[in-house]
Amino acid sequence: MKASGQKTSGRNQGRSPHIDGKISQLIKSFTLTVLIGLSIMLSPLISASSDTVPLLNVSYDPTRELYQDYNKAFAGYWEAKTHRIVEPRQSHGGSGKQARSVIDGLEADVVTLALAYDIDEIQEKGLIQPGWQKRLPNNSAPYTSTIIFLVRKGNPKEIKDWKDLVKPGVSVITPNPKTSGGARWNYLAAWGYALKENGGDESKAREFVGQLFKNVPVLDSGARGSTTTFVQRGMGDVLLAWENEAYLAINELGKDKFEVVTPSMSILAEPTVAVVDKYVDKHGTREIAEAYLSYLYSDEGQRIVARHYYRPVSKDAATGFKLPELKLFTIEEQFGGWQKAHKTHFVDGGTFDQIYSK
Amino acid sequence: MTNGIKKERVLPGFGPTLGYTVFYLSLIVLIPLSALVIKTTGLTWRAFLAAVASPQVVASYRVTFGSAFIAAMINAVFGTLTAWVLVRYEFPCKRLIDALVDLPFALPTAVTGITLATVYSENGWMGSLLEPLGIKVAYTPLGIIVAMTTIGLPFVVRTLQPVIEAIEAETEEASACLGANRLQTFYRVLLPVMMPSILTGFALAFARAVGEYGSVIFIAGNMPMVSEITSLLIVTKLEQFDYSGATAIALVMLTASFAMLLAINMLQRWSRKYAQ
Amino acid sequence: MTNSQYKRRENLTEPVPVQWILAILAILFLGLFLFLPLAAVFSQALAKGFGPYFEALGNPDALAAIRLTLITAAVSVPLNLVFGLAAAWAITKFDFRGKNLLVTMIDLPFSVSPVISGLIFVLIFGLQGWMGPWLNEHSFKIVFAVPGIILATIFVTFPFVARELIPLMEAQGREEEEAALVLGASGLQTFFRVTLPGIREGLVYGVILCNARAMGEFGAVSVVSGHIRGLTNTLPLHVEILYNEYDFTAAFAVASLLAMLALATLAVKSLTQWKRARRPSIEFEEALVR
Repeated sequence: MKASGQKTSGRNQGRSPHIDGKISQLIKSFTLTVLIGLSIMLSPLISASSDTVPLLNVSYDPTRELYQDYNKAFAGYWEAKTHRIVEPRQSHGGSGKQARSVIDGLEADVVTLALAYDIDEIQEKGLIQPGWQKRLPNNSAPYTSTIIFLVRKGNPKEIKDWKDLVKPGVSVITPNPKTSGGARWNYLAAWGYALKENGGDESKAREFVGQLFKNVPVLDSGARGSTTTFVQRGMGDVLLAWENEAYLAINELGKDKFEVVTPSMSILAEPTVAVVDKYVDKHGTREIAEAYLSYLYSDEGQRIVARHYYRPVSKDAATGFKLPELKLFTIEEQFGGWQKAHKTHFVDGGTFDQIYSK
Repeated sequence: MTNGIKKERVLPGFGPTLGYTVFYLSLIVLIPLSALVIKTTGLTWRAFLAAVASPQVVASYRVTFGSAFIAAMINAVFGTLTAWVLVRYEFPCKRLIDALVDLPFALPTAVTGITLATVYSENGWMGSLLEPLGIKVAYTPLGIIVAMTTIGLPFVVRTLQPVIEAIEAETEEASACLGANRLQTFYRVLLPVMMPSILTGFALAFARAVGEYGSVIFIAGNMPMVSEITSLLIVTKLEQFDYSGATAIALVMLTASFAMLLAINMLQRWSRKYAQ
Repeated sequence: MTNSQYKRRENLTEPVPVQWILAILAILFLGLFLFLPLAAVFSQALAKGFGPYFEALGNPDALAAIRLTLITAAVSVPLNLVFGLAAAWAITKFDFRGKNLLVTMIDLPFSVSPVISGLIFVLIFGLQGWMGPWLNEHSFKIVFAVPGIILATIFVTFPFVARELIPLMEAQGREEEEAALVLGASGLQTFFRVTLPGIREGLVYGVILCNARAMGEFGAVSVVSGHIRGLTNTLPLHVEILYNEYDFTAAFAVASLLAMLALATLAVKSLTQWKRARRPSIEFEEALVR
C-alpha cells in the first residue's frame, strides 16, 4: 500500500472560458431530458384515453393473485358481452392504508377490502352511499376465508389446535394486529376460540390470548412480512395465516417444507367489496364497476375464487377445490360486529396493548 | 454574526440567493410541515398528551433515539476512518468501494431491511456465525442499530471526503516542518479542519436514523416496549384513522430532532469561531 | 511510490502498518454494513440464473416503474441542485442573523419520518385536505399521481446538495472571490471561475447522493403513490410489490438495478476527476487577467 499524492490544492485548477458554453450545454441537455421524460410520461395517459375503459380496483394484500386472474376473465367476459374493452388496474396494500388512500383521493372505482370496517370508514366520508353492504348478496362478501395454521413439515411440535399454541416452547409467528388487518383476524380467532372453550369467560380469553402472544418473538407489520419471516428466515414453529395465504405460500415456497393444519374451529372472515359511488359517477364507470363486482358472484367468478383457496359463497362452484371443514364463528355472534371488536381490542389501550403494558 | 453588520458586503448576490433559499424552503418544507402543526392543534391538550406520552410511546422514543445515537456514533468514528482511507490511500478496488458507499441511499429502505434481516437472521450468513457466540442481531434491538447504521453510513463519509480532498498539502507540510509527528498533525491540524464535517455527518446520520421506518421494521422484531420504533407507532395510529394522533407524535419527534440539529449547528459555528 | 520518495514524505502520511490497519478496519466496517447486504441482493437476484433476472427487468410493469423513477429524479435533482447552490452561497459568503436556524431548517426533511413526509402532502392535497376539494373540482391530481410522487421526492432529497456544499464552502472562506471581484470579474464570472472549480467535488457528491436517494426513496413515495400497477409505481415500490408476491428473484433483480445506479455514479465521478486532472491550472490565472 502506498500513499496517493495529495492534491496541491483543491481550488487552483481553473476553468477555461468554455465552462460557460458547457453550462449552457448542460442546461440544454437537461431541458431535453425533461421534455422527453414528460412525453414518455404522458404517453400511457394518451393511449388509455382511446377505446379502453380503465377501472381501478383498490384491494388489500392477499388478493393479488386472485384479481390478476379475475381481471383477465372479466375483461374477456365484458368484451364478449358489450364489445368494449375494459382495462382493470390493481392497487394493493394493507387494508387500512388502502381505505385511507381512497378517502384521501385515490380514485378507486371499486374497493375490495379485508374488512367491512374499512369500507365503513370510506362511507363515513361520503364517498360511498350508506347501506352499501346490502347492495350485493351475502353482505357484499363474494368469498370468505378463515384463519388456520402453517407448520413445518411433519409438524414436529404436534400443533393440532389453538390450545397447542400457548404451550411453553412453541414459537408463534403473527403480524401486529395494530398494523395488519390479517393479524386482527388472527387475534379475534384466538380470542373467540378461548371464549367458546371457557363458556364465554372474558378473563380466561384475555389470559389465553396474552399467553399466546408471549410465544410470539416477532411482530411483522404485514401478513406477507410474517410469512417471509416464517418461511425464509426459519423463525417460529407455527404461522397464523389466512387460509388462502397458507395454501399460496405452500405452493409458491415449498410443498415439501410446510403443511397446513386446520384447527377445530376458527373465525369466519368476510372480505367485502363495494362500488365507490362518488368516483364511478365522476368517471362514468358505474355500469362497468357494478358488473365487475356482480361477476364475482357468477359461476366463473366463484370458480376463480375457489381456485385461489378462498371459500366461495356458492357451494357448487367449489367442486374440485375442497377445503377442509371446520366450525366457523362470525364476528357478529362473538364480538358484536367490527366497530365494537375494534374498540375493545385494537384501539390504543385496548386488550392488545394491555398484553404488553403489564 | 453580530460583526456581520459592520463588515461591508463585497460579494454580490446576497439578496437573490437568500431570497430564493427562503422561498424554496418555505414552499417545499415549511408550508407542508405546517400541515403537521395545524393537524395537531386539532387535539386538546389532554388528547395530545395521551397520544405522545403514553408508556408505549415513551418506550419507543427511548428505543428510537437511543439506537439512532449509537448508530450515528458508530458512523462518526468509522465514517471518518473510511473517508480518510478512501481519499488518502491506494489499494485494489478502491474506486469500486468508493462508489458503493452511496448504496444505502440508492437501495429502497425496504430492500435494505429485508437483506439485512436475511444476512443477520439465525440462518443467514452473519447470523449463523454470531449465533454460537450468543449474539442475536435480527429481531432484537441490536438489529435496529445495525439497520440505522447502514442507512446513515453515507452521510459522514460523503460530507468528509470533499473536505479531506481540499486540505492543502502545505498545511500538513508546515506542521511536519515545525516538528510535529504524524499523530500531532492529525490531532492539532487535521482534526480541527475535519470536525465541522464530522459533526454535520453525525447530525444528519442521527436525524435520518430517528425518522427511519422502512428498513428498521423488517429487522427490529417490533415487540412493544422493547424493539418498537416511534415511526411504527405513527403507522399504527394511521391504521386507526387517527391522523391527529399520528401527527402529534411526528411533531414531537420533529421538535426533538430540530433541537438537536440546531444545537449541533450552533456548536459548529461556535467551535469555528473559537478556532480562529 | 518508491521507497526514497516515501522517506521524504514520512511525516506527511501514516506509517505503512498503520495504513494497513486503518484500511482493513474501514473495509471491515463497510463489509459488515454494506458489502454483505449487497452480495445478498445479487445472490438472491441471480438465484435462478440470468434468464429470470432479465425477464424480471424487461417486464412492462418494471419498465413503467423505471420510466417513472427516471422522470422523478430528472425533475427533483436539478431543482434541489439550484436550491443547494443558492443556499450555500447565501449562507457561507455572508453573515446574517438567524443563520443557524436557516441551516437547521434545511436539515429538517432528514429527520421527518418518511411516512410523515408523504402524509403532509396528503394532508394538503388529499381530498380531505386544504386544497383537495378545489383540486378535485378542477380535475387536477397531485397526490396518488405523478406530481405527488415528485413533490414527496423533492422534499425527501431537499437538503442533500446544500448540506454537502455548506461545510466545504465554509472551509474555503471568501478571500478568493473577493480578490476576483477586485480584479474586475463580474459576480457570475467569479462564481463560475473561482467558486465552482473549488466546490466541484462536493457538488458532484451532493448530486450523486441526491440522485441516489431520489431514485431509492420508498416510504414517502409509498404514501402518495396509490400503488397503481404500471401507472404510479416507482422502482422501490415495484420491488415491494414483487416481494409481496413471493417473487423474490424478480424483487431482488429490480433492487439490484437500483444498486447498480450507485455503481453508475462511479463512472460519473471518475469522469469529472479525470477531466479536471487533464486541465492545466494556468487557465485560471489567464481567465482572471482577461
